[in-house]
Amino acid sequence: MTANDTIAPASEEEAAEIVRQAAANGTALEIAGGGTKRGIGQPFEAGRTLSAAGLSGITQYNPAELVLTARAGTPVAEIEAALAENNQMFAFEPGDWRGLTGANGAPTVGALAAANISGSRRIVAGAARDGLLGVRFVNGSGEVIKNGGRVMKNVTGLDLVKLMAGSWGTLGLLTEVSFKVLPRPEAETTLVIHGASDGDAANLMAAAMGTSAEVSGAAHLPESVAKRAGLDGGAATLLRLEGFAESVAARLERLRSALTGAPELSALDDARSKPLWKQLGDVAPFAGGMKPLWRISVAPMAGHDVAAIIMRRTGGEAFYDWQGGLVWLQLDDETEAAAALVRETIAECGGGHATLIRASDDIRRAVPVFQPQAPAVAALSERVRASLDPAGVFNPGRMVWNGGRKAA
Amino acid sequence: MNQIRFLEPRADIIAGRDEIRAGLAGLVPADCLVTEERELVPFETDAFTAYRRVPLAVVLPETTEQVAAVMRFCSENGVPVVPRGAGTSLAGGAIPQEDAVVIGVSKMTRLLEVDYENRTAKVQAGVTNLRISDEVSADGFFYAPDPSSQLACTIGGNIGMNSGGAHCLKYGVTTNNLLGVTMVLHDGTVVELGGKALDAEGLDLLGLVCGSEGQLGIVTEAVVRLLAKPEGARPVLFGFDSSEVAGACVADIIGEGIIPVAIEFMDKEAIDICEAFAHAGYPMDVQALLIVEVEGSDDEMDATLKKIIEIARRHNVKRIKESQSALEAATIWKGRKSAFGATGRVADYICMDGTVPLGQLSHVLRETSSIIDKYGLRVANVFHAGDGNMHPLILYNVNDPAEAEKAEAAGMEILKLCVDAGGCLTGEHGVGIEKRDLMLHQFTETDLNQQMRVRAAFDPAWLLNPSKVFPLDLEMRGTGRS
Repeated sequence: MTANDTIAPASEEEAAEIVRQAAANGTALEIAGGGTKRGIGQPFEAGRTLSAAGLSGITQYNPAELVLTARAGTPVAEIEAALAENNQMFAFEPGDWRGLTGANGAPTVGALAAANISGSRRIVAGAARDGLLGVRFVNGSGEVIKNGGRVMKNVTGLDLVKLMAGSWGTLGLLTEVSFKVLPRPEAETTLVIHGASDGDAANLMAAAMGTSAEVSGAAHLPESVAKRAGLDGGAATLLRLEGFAESVAARLERLRSALTGAPELSALDDARSKPLWKQLGDVAPFAGGMKPLWRISVAPMAGHDVAAIIMRRTGGEAFYDWQGGLVWLQLDDETEAAAALVRETIAECGGGHATLIRASDDIRRAVPVFQPQAPAVAALSERVRASLDPAGVFNPGRMVWNGGRKAA
Repeated sequence: MNQIRFLEPRADIIAGRDEIRAGLAGLVPADCLVTEERELVPFETDAFTAYRRVPLAVVLPETTEQVAAVMRFCSENGVPVVPRGAGTSLAGGAIPQEDAVVIGVSKMTRLLEVDYENRTAKVQAGVTNLRISDEVSADGFFYAPDPSSQLACTIGGNIGMNSGGAHCLKYGVTTNNLLGVTMVLHDGTVVELGGKALDAEGLDLLGLVCGSEGQLGIVTEAVVRLLAKPEGARPVLFGFDSSEVAGACVADIIGEGIIPVAIEFMDKEAIDICEAFAHAGYPMDVQALLIVEVEGSDDEMDATLKKIIEIARRHNVKRIKESQSALEAATIWKGRKSAFGATGRVADYICMDGTVPLGQLSHVLRETSSIIDKYGLRVANVFHAGDGNMHPLILYNVNDPAEAEKAEAAGMEILKLCVDAGGCLTGEHGVGIEKRDLMLHQFTETDLNQQMRVRAAFDPAWLLNPSKVFPLDLEMRGTGRS
């Protein structure tokens, strides 16, 4: 990405004017917040970078309403501090990907929405897209659009909120977002099963999720990854319980008795459990370096097969979240992403998708970063994109591969 | 009553009705096509019964391929299509028109796959909401969204309206529990969105489709999430001396970090109506009632309840009644879930569905009652308090046109009140025709034009469920129709 100049408007109206001019002049805009995820997606050319960083600050937050509204450029850290003061949190547990992208800036709340970043609690509490209640954004014609609102239940009109979530800045410039927030659990504990194979771990996690213990995190770290995360005793299958202290204790016992026959079990207290799950959300085991990193999303029981088949051919390391359905897979060879192999394997194992979250510019130019779609769905997506950004102003080509041509 | 308008039926389609019916007959088995006037009548309306329009034909396909063939035919011939689940829409979302073909999913009732390890079920769109939970209950699982009409309403309809229910405070609404759909586009193209993974690739078209009121395509199959059933669940009744105090108690429960599975609210009028119908043992000497449901083992429920009871005592709770048996719990919920039906036995009513921020509950209840007083009407309030989703039932006599007009006017004022309090027009029932012309109170014309352009990306000729959701004059301008 080579953008010549960055402009950070101080108001929504100013941002809208910039977009109108860009649309009129045929200038492509790169949308950015803190700039920490610029290296994700297909490389593309843009005349200017339009930053949301000037649109900052919490605009409305009454903790008893469980909703927080902030301008899109507000740093996540500022929001998490305000939430912590009121003993609340984003239930979808967004991770901080700076370690894995190697970027320095301050991630913004708008980017949590635009990239739909969700952590381990996604399996019970939903993704960022489920927590996102309302948005304001500037569309590609420079119009300010409002959708959704500040309430939990809302079916008034088309749900453009979901559409904006995970659109990677290709549909509009988010200017304000409203997220649902929840009370922080009073207590948490993590039950660790030591020494399970990836396949056995999938069965154990499925069994755990099938109990009434309300597991709020189900992850599996093969031995090398577990060690890096500070866990001894071989591979570690992690099952987290959260809630009121007496309830967590009762459910821990229920879970233990449901998993009789599992390899060795131990429990981590609050102080050890919290930083461990933070590491998983941040994808810390694969931080640093430029080895290609895939984020693979499949049915939970398929994750370990997908990873095993790919790694048998390429070498690499993987760990599993979301009961096994979210696979973080880092390849050994820095120069080869094995994109075709990854996608073919997923298709053979029942379907799903893979995103090449990290790789060099050259690799990302040479292969589709986002999962290629069936022609009818791809065409539909393009029509939807054009209905929001008819001139193709925003992040052109970031989500759709151009076949490896170097952009003009 | 100010009649809600529809687009004028197209004369050329009505004139060509015999050919259209003959064309449809070539696409589906004979028992999947309804064209007899008498047999078309049951499809003339939904649960918003004030409006009735007999459709040109009704097709009840058995497969995705049949839906695709009918959609392609209608697209080629410019015939409007009105999708229909079980016809339980309270907003008129399934009301047809004289020039439209209804495509109903009532014959698509197969449960295609239950996958406990991945905790998913794949169903055809005509499977009823409750049937999914019934099928997996013995194995310890359930499907979470539970609209009051769950015995009858279909998953296809639930996806169209993004249906909620009493328990979505904890478990979310349809969009949070839907993983994938098979959908037929306006021209018969079949697309698959999502699947068994927890998120889908590319733009979130699945999220856009859920709640689109049948205007983007027809869903024929769905993959939904199954959840493990809690160890136990117990509804508890809390009676208060005033609605406002009950509303403040709800805000405090949530504010102190307790998210029960459900917090339902009833005012005195609703208590009287529901108790007379269900004999649920609701206290009769209180002005407002909360049904709070907690989940877990007995010890866990006791511990959570202790915290809730402490908060309720601070609000001078007058009656606390815990259900002592599964039967009693079921009766408590029966009373609540039959509130609309029970109200229909004592009066005609229109039901509002605005949602407001929790901090505004007491204010909106107070203002609702002054609006109702101003019109000299009665109201029963029964709603999902935990997520601010209000359901004032405005009682009136349908045979008294003046009173009917007042009821409608009061309803519109209440919805505007919800929007002005920072909320929205509809939390779970949908816009349909009922709230269509209020959309400009919540949105600007620019907002709605953007939504309409997105809609047109799916259905460029505007054949799918026309005259719904968007103000009619905007739709006419967008399509050049009258």
